[in-house]
Amino acid sequence: MAKTSKPVPPSNGSVSRPPTAFEYGYDKSFRFLTFFAGLLIVVLLAYIFWKIGGQAAPAMRQYGLSFLTTVEWNPNTNEFGILAEIWGTLYSSFLALIFGGGLGIAVAIFLTQGFLNARLAWVFRLIVEMLAAIPSVVFGLWGIYVLIPAIRPMASWLHDTLPFIPFFSTNLAGPGMFPAMIVLSIMILPTVAAISQDAFKAIPMKIQEAAYGMGTTKWEAIRKVIIPTASGGIFASLVLGFGRALGETMALAMLIGNSQQVSLSLFSPATTLASLLASTFPEAGANQIGPLMYAAVALLVITMAVNIIGTIIMSYTSRQTVT
Amino acid sequence: MTTTTDQTTMNPEVIALGDPNLSFSFAERRTMMNFIQTLILWILAGIAAIPLISVLYMLISRGGARISMSILTELPPAPFEQGGGIGNAIVGTLVMVAIASVISIPIGVLGGVYTGLINPNSRFSATVRFVGKVLTGFPSILSGVFVYAWLVIVMKTYSAVAGGLSLAILMLPTILLTSEQAFRMVPQRMKDAAYGMGCNATQVATRIVLPTALPGVMTGVMLAVAGASGESAPLLFTALFSNYWIGSFTEPTASLSILIYNFSAMPYENQIELAWTASLVLVLIVLVFNILSRSFGTRRV
Repeated sequence: MAKTSKPVPPSNGSVSRPPTAFEYGYDKSFRFLTFFAGLLIVVLLAYIFWKIGGQAAPAMRQYGLSFLTTVEWNPNTNEFGILAEIWGTLYSSFLALIFGGGLGIAVAIFLTQGFLNARLAWVFRLIVEMLAAIPSVVFGLWGIYVLIPAIRPMASWLHDTLPFIPFFSTNLAGPGMFPAMIVLSIMILPTVAAISQDAFKAIPMKIQEAAYGMGTTKWEAIRKVIIPTASGGIFASLVLGFGRALGETMALAMLIGNSQQVSLSLFSPATTLASLLASTFPEAGANQIGPLMYAAVALLVITMAVNIIGTIIMSYTSRQTVT
Repeated sequence: MTTTTDQTTMNPEVIALGDPNLSFSFAERRTMMNFIQTLILWILAGIAAIPLISVLYMLISRGGARISMSILTELPPAPFEQGGGIGNAIVGTLVMVAIASVISIPIGVLGGVYTGLINPNSRFSATVRFVGKVLTGFPSILSGVFVYAWLVIVMKTYSAVAGGLSLAILMLPTILLTSEQAFRMVPQRMKDAAYGMGCNATQVATRIVLPTALPGVMTGVMLAVAGASGESAPLLFTALFSNYWIGSFTEPTASLSILIYNFSAMPYENQIELAWTASLVLVLIVLVFNILSRSFGTRRV
């Protein structure tokens, strides 16, 4: 844009004058500074990949792909594998996506489709935004002392009456997949709600009015017109919520139980890549650092892939609604 | 709906009472379904609100019970010890967030000036924007892993600087994207007028656009600060924790979130009470910055 700073010949008797060499250089260097700041951000991401990858490289050579397909994590015998962590990360995030994603979309509909008057909608929007502001570690504390005692009776009832269903095959002793999943759902709810609200708001009013004009009830309009129209944005919100859930750390480190096993059961303890890093890294011996870096690479690759897909879908759908 | 419709709508009695064909009755399946779905939605929205209400209640009742001046100014207690406080963790959190702000605000805002103002339609700007969006979903713990691999190994010590740097990485994309947005909100004719007066790009950016867009930029900065104050995962192995007051930027530093994490797993009632008090203080700090970000946002151009 506007390249105004080229020196022009001076004109006598005019108030205007060409920029001095100082002004010219100042403009040039400021522009370079902003370019440099942008460059720094791009370089940062590349450097993060390179640095974590570099630290992980020896372990990657040593353990190879079997690292991703074995369950054992034993520093004493130098056996390392993260299959249980990968499973726990994907499983917990997937469960959170079903519950938190469903609630998030419900909240977005609730807030955008005129179920509340303006003042109540403001209050409710505030509640959802505050949910996003509560730090993860506070949800972890709440999970330990409020959530787990509250859900334990229901969990043991489900285990006692339906033990043949794989989801309920073990008893909830304390921390486990189920409380972790609930807290994770709470944490992705605001993300999904915010992004799908934008998708709903982007729908022109006349589409809705056309549906009512056809004689639909409110819900027929929502189900058959509004949701399909916003589906791209809703899908993007779910993918980004999923990405958020994959990388969530503290609440899971506190609530999931950190036990290396692959199980469908909701009530048995499990672990995730992020909580493995959180709970093992601070006290890791030298032989563990490499494998932990390898696990970090696995987490980086999974979350970045999901986030990039979500970002692309979102930019694609938002471009679509504008035109 | 057939020929009778015309006659009935003409009838003044029908106009007064309403057309029976357009009446609202639960006997009709579609109306009933509509009601049931609305009811389900209200229940789902209610469920979504429960966690926040429960968390706030617990913070006020359990955390508020212990709050006092001595809690806010004393050092954490040793196991079995009674009393104690969270003073060093409050200071540590604020110091590390300040370090993170000093690093991330200039880079984020200047990057936003480039992508929003200097050269918004270039391929490079699109790349920066894309990297910014991808970084917003960057797992916070990996920022800690990165700073550990980059700085902690080299300095051979956990430190406030490393903690601040890992928080800065998480603040950067928020500041970049919101300030870019704020710069784009400045009306094009203001920029055009400035260029027409003979300003160069720097003068337009620093004298016209930055002051006009300042509320928007501050909104982003405050949001980023609020987010960073609540972060804990990246501090686990960059700042670690310390039971003492912060003495220098190059030694392990306490933070509220790590104090909550450590104390929540302890079997002592005193520590658990302190974890709740620390949570209350942390949530208050986060909320203050959130409210600040909102108050800037209302003063729009």
